[in-house]
Amino acid sequence: MMAMTITEKILAAHAGMERVEPGQLINVKVDLVLGNDITAPVAIREFDRIGVETVWDRERVVLVPDHFVPNKDIQSAEQAKQLREFAHKHNLINYYEVGRMGVEHCLLPEQGLVGPGDLVIGADSHTCTYGGLGAFSTGVGSTDLAAAMALGETWLKVPESIKFVYNGNLPRWVGGKDLILYAIGQIGVDGALYMAMEFTGQAIEGLGIDGRMTMANMAIEAGAKNGIVPPDEITRSYVENRAKRPYTFYQSDRDARYAQVIEIDVSKLEPQIAFPHLPENTRPVSEAANVTIDQVVIGSCTNGRLSDLQLAAEVLKGHRVSDNLRLLVIPGTQDIYLQALREGLVEQFINAGAAVSTPTCGPCLGGHMGILAKGERALATTNRNFVGRMGHPESEVYLCNPAVAAASAVLGRIAAPWEVE
Amino acid sequence: MTLRGKVWKFGADVDTDAIIPARYLNTSEPAELAKHCMEDADPEFPTKMQPGDIIVAGKNFGCGSSREHAPIAIKAAGVSCVIAKSYARIFYRNAFNIGLPIFECSEAAVAIEEGDEVAVDAAQGIVKNLTKNETYQATSVPEFMQQIIDAGGLIDYVSKRLQGQNKE
Repeated sequence: MMAMTITEKILAAHAGMERVEPGQLINVKVDLVLGNDITAPVAIREFDRIGVETVWDRERVVLVPDHFVPNKDIQSAEQAKQLREFAHKHNLINYYEVGRMGVEHCLLPEQGLVGPGDLVIGADSHTCTYGGLGAFSTGVGSTDLAAAMALGETWLKVPESIKFVYNGNLPRWVGGKDLILYAIGQIGVDGALYMAMEFTGQAIEGLGIDGRMTMANMAIEAGAKNGIVPPDEITRSYVENRAKRPYTFYQSDRDARYAQVIEIDVSKLEPQIAFPHLPENTRPVSEAANVTIDQVVIGSCTNGRLSDLQLAAEVLKGHRVSDNLRLLVIPGTQDIYLQALREGLVEQFINAGAAVSTPTCGPCLGGHMGILAKGERALATTNRNFVGRMGHPESEVYLCNPAVAAASAVLGRIAAPWEVE
Repeated sequence: MTLRGKVWKFGADVDTDAIIPARYLNTSEPAELAKHCMEDADPEFPTKMQPGDIIVAGKNFGCGSSREHAPIAIKAAGVSCVIAKSYARIFYRNAFNIGLPIFECSEAAVAIEEGDEVAVDAAQGIVKNLTKNETYQATSVPEFMQQIIDAGGLIDYVSKRLQGQNKE
């Protein structure tokens, strides 16, 4: 029996094959498909052209309006309405209305809609997030989503895998965001093009599920097809009381083949900052002095989870947001928002002078709720810092972890968390 | 089919936010998206390009989001094809799915300059630089994907498959 990686095993299982090899084109059954208020309207248009009466499985087609909701303008309202009407017409179980929704990649794991061993495709590039649970998940376009909504299948090329081994203990203030930013800085924004990024090692074994999802989330920023963390007891404790379907733990074989193995010693790693205008432009926070900022955003499918908010609140404690900037805090889901309220985090953010918003992707992609003016500079816990990503084409975005974001909001410039301790 | 036009050249890692900024994604109408095609890479592109023109770019073209609006905007603007050193995987797939011809060719991506007149034999992947009188060979497309293109895009491909199942 040929040795396989966790990614290859999940793909083989969903292709109904004993084994698969990198480069092979396979047809796979999907466990779940996902669309949002930007991508689903195009998918719905294409779906209607296929000429099938309804979706392949009304429990497994998930629609989450999250990008431009609560509706930012009339046209966005029309797009959100298309999702709502399609969901009603096809009796979709998993349509999440404003007030009950969340940023899709925070929401689906939380609601137990995805689990270890699943194969999920979504018309959103950050669908790769679920690799943090030991699933194979990847982003596709709207037409691929439409076809999968009709067939419950899609075709994929089996990716080669790069194994990242993170050795050592994580220093204080360093988390999943820093581990993935550092890796992207090492290999570049196309360093894992078409490949699987498998995250392993002592530092990953000790990393919470939120941090693992942060890492898998940004695999796309290295061009990867998927990011994946082998599931373990941390995974089990997260999924066992949530999973709405049976799940399977896959592990890479010891002698599985990798295109590359990259070892990283984390013991002296600092929080990482990605400078404009690519996520690969990373530097340690200590080399990012004197960068003044106008806006800080804490949230998104990358870092909008409860532990992210807890970390930010811990750093903010006893401090106020600098007079020179705006701090926006956006909990990833309604449940996270509620829990943050119960724990007093929301009150702490507001007392510090932050704006706390209902869940939305909003500012991350320059949609709404925090657009930058010409020449403005933002520091964000989001995932992309392309030209014009958060507003005016002449604005700038820097990326970081939630602790750095909070410390920087206090000091009005990019700052390390230990500077406000 | 031969695709012929004047070349507009772009660099490496052209992301989908540059191809079609998210501020225009409150619609998916191709004609509306075309008005803002490549705007954040070159604000004048939508007005200065002519139907049939060709985009040539470096590595990792179309990186970033999964928005199918990106290849739709390029196609609707009248760009006949894209030639790049390499593509981000979601963009690559989306382009085939919506019927935007794209070609992967390192040599062409380096040798072709802005303003060159280029003709592409789509079936053979042969790129001819009429200005420089040079020829480059693009990477061939796997047979599996050729079938999707032959069917006229993914949706027509799926429709045909489903019709086939109904007959069984």
